[in-house]
Amino acid sequence: MAILVLAENDAAGLKPATLNAVAAAKAIGGDIHVLVAGEGVAATAAEAAKIDGVAKVLTADDAVYANRLAEPLAALVVSIAGAYDYIVAPATTSGKNVTPRIAALLDVAQISEIVKVVSGDTFVRPIYAGNALATVQSSDAKKVITVRTTAFPAVGTSGSAPVEAVASAGNPGLSSFVGAELSKSERPELTAARIVISGGRGMQSGDNFHLLDKIADKLGAAVGASRAAVDAGFVPNDYQVGQTGKIVAPELYVAVGISGAIQHLAGMKDSKVIVAINKDEEAPIFQVADYGLVADLFKALPELEAELSK
Amino acid sequence: MKVLVPVKRVVDYNVKIRVKADNSGVDLANVKMSMNPFDEISVEEAIRLKEAGKATEVVVVSIGPAQAAETIRTALAMGADRGILIKTDEDVQPLAVAKLLKAVVAEEAPGIVIVGKQAIDDDSNQTGQMLSALLGWGQATFASKIVIGDGSADVTREVDGGLETLTLKLPAIVTSDLRLNEPRYASLPNIMKAKKKPLAEKTPADYGVDVAPRLKTLKVEEPPKRSAGIKVPDVATLVAKLKTEAGVI
Ligand SMILES: Cc1cc2nc3c(=O)[nH]c(=O)nc-3n(C[C@H](O)[C@H](O)[C@H](O)COP(=O)(O)OP(=O)(O)OC[C@H]3O[C@@H](n4cnc5c(N)ncnc54)[C@H](O)[C@@H]3O)c2cc1C
Ligand SMILES: Nc1ncnc2c1ncn2[C@@H]1O[C@H](COP(=O)(O)O)[C@@H](O)[C@H]1O
Repeated sequence: MAILVLAENDAAGLKPATLNAVAAAKAIGGDIHVLVAGEGVAATAAEAAKIDGVAKVLTADDAVYANRLAEPLAALVVSIAGAYDYIVAPATTSGKNVTPRIAALLDVAQISEIVKVVSGDTFVRPIYAGNALATVQSSDAKKVITVRTTAFPAVGTSGSAPVEAVASAGNPGLSSFVGAELSKSERPELTAARIVISGGRGMQSGDNFHLLDKIADKLGAAVGASRAAVDAGFVPNDYQVGQTGKIVAPELYVAVGISGAIQHLAGMKDSKVIVAINKDEEAPIFQVADYGLVADLFKALPELEAELSK
Repeated sequence: MKVLVPVKRVVDYNVKIRVKADNSGVDLANVKMSMNPFDEISVEEAIRLKEAGKATEVVVVSIGPAQAAETIRTALAMGADRGILIKTDEDVQPLAVAKLLKAVVAEEAPGIVIVGKQAIDDDSNQTGQMLSALLGWGQATFASKIVIGDGSADVTREVDGGLETLTLKLPAIVTSDLRLNEPRYASLPNIMKAKKKPLAEKTPADYGVDVAPRLKTLKVEEPPKRSAGIKVPDVATLVAKLKTEAGVI
């Protein structure tokens, strides 16, 4: 069995989601190769070579991969897919963008966002916003899989795999990169943070998110949001936690002014400890909260900040 | 330019679904069904393109049981021009949906296909990307803005790090994300008018596509339930509990 894992990387290097994808590959079992595609990827490949359980790192160093455009990246993977039984990627926006394209070019189904490996052809994946778990068996010879990163604890990085270059597969020229507006933050990344504090419509404005920021800084937490808070323009889209946003499973999740719609719960209900602060004691979020505080958030948040400063 | 919009009939997003006692699937008896919310957004975008003079015709297509005709009628009532129902009672998975859509594209020759980012029942997030691969077209997934130019489209995408913009050569596939627009409600007169709009009925066999599922569902289970914890009286108690009882701060 040979497994190709698509590394999640950008100009800054390797992203932690790669380590979760490798963890899933290990659960499948086999010879694991990691593909690092990008421009000037030598340093990233060296990082990938340290991932535990990886037998080989492949690099495709070409400007055409710099922005992870789906068409060239899929063409690259398909060009080397013959040697692999599995193609595995983390279910990030980049993974979700490219893997179905690879699957279709190989004429196989994709198994999206697996949370468990039952056997070499059988996997568990959430459906209906995580309100049901389906066990699915694939009849395809090659299996293309995306991995819910929160379900597979990251592997370590004490290995030393050889690095080998593969040829670029060219650019079909169907799309081109214009630019990006990326959120800048000193805080940990939402999907990798140990503590997440999220605000909802109850925050009333983007300015009021400063109340959360201060607490996040005290706790070393990431800041997230509900869809309603993003739609209202309080915070950028990349803050959204939920069925159609980011999936998080931190040690501690604090939901402030969030009602607890199923679509939001889908993104955070696997957190270890959940705290809810909401002025409505009937809010559904309390049904999943380990600790609920019925309070006005504009009173509770300054108090919380003060209490944490003690 | 013609715009093609696939619309899927799914369990309404407000429904709290139930897993069948025999673990064979999700109980869909007497459950409210609606158009997949992302498809509503796609229909809205297509209609806006037509209203702005960028598109000439909006064609919607649904693959599903006879009742999927209602989903098509909803899109027609919003303002789409014409519908195609590919009738089947099979569970048609994303790869097969993409193959059927490819066949529809071959007949209709749209300049752009706006697919939903994800169906909220299977949560696959695959079909648009697969269709784009099968056609050999460019793709821009998770769109929050589409600007049609001359033979190209600039699409802003919602990605993990924020936003990015791509230029696509047309024809191309775009998948819609939540913030692309806010779909309109159909007015009563438009619902009446929609009843007279053309709706063609086909079967997968008409397109020569094998829709046999590649993934077999062995069982469907409820996820482990989280039970409600306790209510704390004040912030001081909350912090104390998080420190000593939960040990997370
Ligand atoms: C296709 C689709 C996909 C979706 N995807 C997502 C997703 O990924 N993530 C997501 O979050 N949602 C998603 N949603 C939206 C979801 O259904 C809810 O609408 C949304 O989560 C509600 O956000 P909210 O809890 O912030 O707002 P509301 O439901 O309006 O709740 C606000 C809460 O704040 C409380 N509050 C108000 N003022 C105060 C105060 N002063 N002090 C304390 N509490 C206060 C209120 O009691 C209330 O409970 C999706 C919906 C659809 C249709
Ligand atoms: N049976 C179907 N009929 C019409 N469109 C579909 C169907 N299945 C999927 N789609 C389209 O593909 C999108 C993504 O679905 P999925 O890949 O299943 O998450 C949906 O939002 C629809 O636009």
